[in-house]
Amino acid sequence: MSLAVATEIDPAVRAYVDEQLAALRDRVPDNRVTLVVFSGDLDRHLASLVIATGAAAMGLEVSIFYTFWGLSALKKASHLDGKSAKEKMFTLMTPGGLSTLPLSRLNFGGMGRAMLRSMMKEQEVASVEELFATARELGVKMIACTMSMDVMGITREELLDGVEVGGVATFLGDAARSRAAFFI
Amino acid sequence: MPEPRTLDASGLKCPVPIVRAKKEIDSLPVGEVLRVIATDPGSVLDFQGWVKTNPSKYELVGQEQGRDAQARTTYIHLVRRKA
Repeated sequence: MSLAVATEIDPAVRAYVDEQLAALRDRVPDNRVTLVVFSGDLDRHLASLVIATGAAAMGLEVSIFYTFWGLSALKKASHLDGKSAKEKMFTLMTPGGLSTLPLSRLNFGGMGRAMLRSMMKEQEVASVEELFATARELGVKMIACTMSMDVMGITREELLDGVEVGGVATFLGDAARSRAAFFI
Repeated sequence: MPEPRTLDASGLKCPVPIVRAKKEIDSLPVGEVLRVIATDPGSVLDFQGWVKTNPSKYELVGQEQGRDAQARTTYIHLVRRKA
């Protein structure tokens, strides 16, 4: 009986339902998590990478959008060639890679950082470098913000291979379809 | 086919190309294509992200790379207004 009813659906009603369903589908989030990493602090990067690797392990698609101080983590090298005086100063005064990031508190010129790293090792907590490598292995998408790269004079050649570049719409394109979004 | 309306966003940084493109495309009749010329390499993923959040309103019909008179790499985005 239900079959008989199904075949008698008015095409206009069907079209309306299909249209409404398509509109709803546009607004249902994906199995996705998006992060903005603005900070250049080691401890905050650790937090972001724990979330990112955890989410990826749980089968979620993950994108991390790196902006401003956060970009330091993506550097494979620092270059001075072809940069303005101000850009050179910025390059020299900002960390050049994940391993040189300071702690947000109790850094004490790097002594605090060394202590935290050894304490993490004692507790068998994965290092930021290990988590970063794991994140990449798990297919976490990493995007560098071109606007802050331009402002701070960071070139594409200074960033790790495989890092994509994008802007605010790249972040929002992912964040708007995510189940959770974080600003770190 | 007539030439699509062109928005020159060369030299502009995020988020200005997207904001200008949104203004421009909404002034076009439904079905028309807007051609955006940008120099920001981030605009490639940006335009993809933009249409992803508005799939019923806009459609990305093409993206290509070129070079302008000043030898800058340009990123050309063709966006169609669907509704």
